Amino acid sequence: MAGIAAWGAYAPRLRLSRKAVTDANAWVAPNLKAKGKGERSMANWDEDALTMAVEAARDALGPDDDRSHIAALYFASTTAPFADRLNAGIVAGALILEKAIAASDVTGSQRCGLTALGQALAAGGTSLVVVGEHRKARAASTQELDFGDGAAAFVVSDDPGAAELLGRGSVTADFVDHFRGDDGGFDYYWEERWIRDEGVVKLVPQAIRNALEVAGLSAADIDYFCFPSTFSGMAATVARAVGIRPEAVRDNLAAVMGEAGCAHGPIMLAHALEDAKAGELILAAQFGQGAEALVFRATGAGQRPARGVTGSLAAREEEANYLKFLTFNGLIEWDKGMRAEKDNKTALTTLYRNEDMILGLVGGRCRETGVVQFPRTRISVAPNNPAVDTQEPYRFAERRASILSYSADYLTFSMAPPNHYGMVVFEGGGRIMMDITDVAPGDVETGLPVRMVFRIKEVDEKRGFVRYFWKAAPDRAVGQIAQAAE
Amino acid sequence: MPQGIRDKVAILGMGCSKFGERWDAGPDDLMVEAYLEAMQDAGVEPTQLDAAWFSTHIDEIGSGKGGTPLSIALRLPNIAVTRVENFCASGSEAFRGAVYAVAAGAADIALAVGVEKLKDTGYGGLPVANPGTLNPQVMPNGSAPGNFAQLASAYRAKHGVSKDDLKRAIAHVSVKSHANGAKNPKAHLRKPITTEQALNAPMIAEPLGLFDCCGVSDGAAAAIVTTPEIARALGKKNLTMVKALQLSVSNGYESQYNGWDGSHFHTARIAAGKAYREAGVERPREQISMMEVHDCFSITELVTMEDLFISPEGQGWRDVLDGFYDADGGVPCQIDGGLKCFGHPIGASGLRMLYEMYLQLQGRAGERQLANPVLGMTHNLGGAPASNVCSVAIIGQEGA
Repeated sequence: MAGIAAWGAYAPRLRLSRKAVTDANAWVAPNLKAKGKGERSMANWDEDALTMAVEAARDALGPDDDRSHIAALYFASTTAPFADRLNAGIVAGALILEKAIAASDVTGSQRCGLTALGQALAAGGTSLVVVGEHRKARAASTQELDFGDGAAAFVVSDDPGAAELLGRGSVTADFVDHFRGDDGGFDYYWEERWIRDEGVVKLVPQAIRNALEVAGLSAADIDYFCFPSTFSGMAATVARAVGIRPEAVRDNLAAVMGEAGCAHGPIMLAHALEDAKAGELILAAQFGQGAEALVFRATGAGQRPARGVTGSLAAREEEANYLKFLTFNGLIEWDKGMRAEKDNKTALTTLYRNEDMILGLVGGRCRETGVVQFPRTRISVAPNNPAVDTQEPYRFAERRASILSYSADYLTFSMAPPNHYGMVVFEGGGRIMMDITDVAPGDVETGLPVRMVFRIKEVDEKRGFVRYFWKAAPDRAVGQIAQAAE
Repeated sequence: MPQGIRDKVAILGMGCSKFGERWDAGPDDLMVEAYLEAMQDAGVEPTQLDAAWFSTHIDEIGSGKGGTPLSIALRLPNIAVTRVENFCASGSEAFRGAVYAVAAGAADIALAVGVEKLKDTGYGGLPVANPGTLNPQVMPNGSAPGNFAQLASAYRAKHGVSKDDLKRAIAHVSVKSHANGAKNPKAHLRKPITTEQALNAPMIAEPLGLFDCCGVSDGAAAAIVTTPEIARALGKKNLTMVKALQLSVSNGYESQYNGWDGSHFHTARIAAGKAYREAGVERPREQISMMEVHDCFSITELVTMEDLFISPEGQGWRDVLDGFYDADGGVPCQIDGGLKCFGHPIGASGLRMLYEMYLQLQGRAGERQLANPVLGMTHNLGGAPASNVCSVAIIGQEGA
């Protein structure tokens, strides 16, 4: 039976204080004051559903996996950056998956993350399922407080791995609790009582019962029930309706990260996998024009992620600046200055010609001298040994690195000034002058250990194109490492 | 090593416009201003010019591409005009072209003009630009100060200099240049500043504050060169001779190979070494009378003192604080105010540096005149520390 071989997760480091939001909006939305507790995950300006999914996938795969065993890729999101450009193709490029993989974007509903996972498990073979979500909500709305940003990823294989799939149940009904049209705007919600009583309570149990029936299990057998909902007590109500023990109901992480849309069922599943012992049963379900339910048995085997949900939640920094959140999410028309008028049109020919360099951070290694460099060039950079056509592709993304020189630049346009960038030197050779992200003034110094992260480089607002590249972020898990210098 | 340029070419005349925020002048006006002064100084007619080199960096907001902007502005007699561009070292390239043409015998008298009209962007600082289609997809969205500021972090780390010590040293670089610029009627910035002002100025790119950055200026400068024989035939005495012209260009070593430590200019050391050999200078700290270096930022000037082998490595910051580069120091540097205060109209700057060295050697520097200068060096840099072009020129008295 197919199963989950490995999993990973990602929540952006910033956690927006809900109190900061409700305090700022108290004049217009005093009714939200009671919701001003805890925090929600908040993507940096250069993170979106896709970049977070890449981070989760790297967590699932680990740094040493050459990824050639992945035969199919599913990218699930309702907030993918492109409506017509294979988003999974960008993910594949960033992860340097084989060209001969099948790849698809799965979208359209809050349950699409679990749907993608179910499809991958049903299809057989080894595949990678990545789910990311970065939902926008209007200022002073309930959703703004309820939502969070995050991602999860699963490596699925024909072996049981870490968790064996026992059953899958789906229910499909055009129950429109909310919708978002193709105008790229905001969700439009119907009344909460109707959604709860007529939607969740009636549709989700059907999917759960279907999955349990396939698995040949009774609801009381379930040890971990993962069901995201922003309605308080909703998971307990559903559990009661189907006969799942109350103590099996998992924390939906509302207090510490908010609900990451279609990624949230997968995130809760990943979180349960981190706690489950061999033989324990996990049921993950998510609502959305019906529901999707998946039942697994943990094996105690498989590959545990370096970060996972637990690690992601621990790696946090409070953000109390609500205006920054609004700015990062494009909800404020702010004065970017004339320097921001630079045209960010992307030459698509150049992008494709340098695909592995730009999306995969692939450079070159000289077959003769072993000298490593970025970018890969026909003539080697090695001093006094300009060998010609000796370069083999060399991957930088998973290499440890440190800062050689840097500046915090207040002059150039940045969505999060000052713009930090500097020369990054890699263990094993090579260096790249690159942006440094997830830092505040005072965080960076020569010798700072950094890791590579796949991020938004620029947004071409004129044409709706998002440009991605890699940046350096402090490797907060690593101590000072010796800098490579002359 | 080739024979070199030493003593083959003489400067016949030079000119320089007033630098600054020249709201009154377009690039044509600036070129004419510098050109007329140079022509008057040289004492020649346009028909005596055989060829011209024209340097300007940013063609989008300046004079445009090609040789025509110069030819039309100056109404040159349909002679060859070659436009050259090499980042902020473009002015030195125009000079090099003209000097080489004379040395080759291809021209008897050649003209070099550099110009930049920067103050038509609507904002402070240099104009933002997209360098090609690949770089914007991978390079940081940086600025000149952000790129040069990185020297400071690497210099501190390499030499164990504290943030405070280095900040005080670069503050003195600017205090010295402001004191010099105050005496130069053509300079953009003419107010002396205090160390406290430099230390407490708004941050531009850590650790560079406002006073660590050079002026962004409009301006033009021009040189007319010929052979020493023709110069003498035209009645010139006390000739200012070209002693060395060197250019070293990064090949990716600094930016792509793990060798360079980020604290200095790899190219500057190569160009300076070659220039000293070409000019026959063996002890630069004693032999170089004065310098105009590319002080786009205070930290650039500080590390350049070491790259030009004037200060020992790691000791430049001490020499700066000791006043060695002040107007009354061992090797006066930026005696005209430098890029810092004379200003930095990109395509003109290399020629502007030579203009001050020429005036000093001719004994015509007025209030700024140094006693008996023999050799003057210019250092004109383009690009950023990790990838750049570095031009070093030495001019001097006949027989020096």
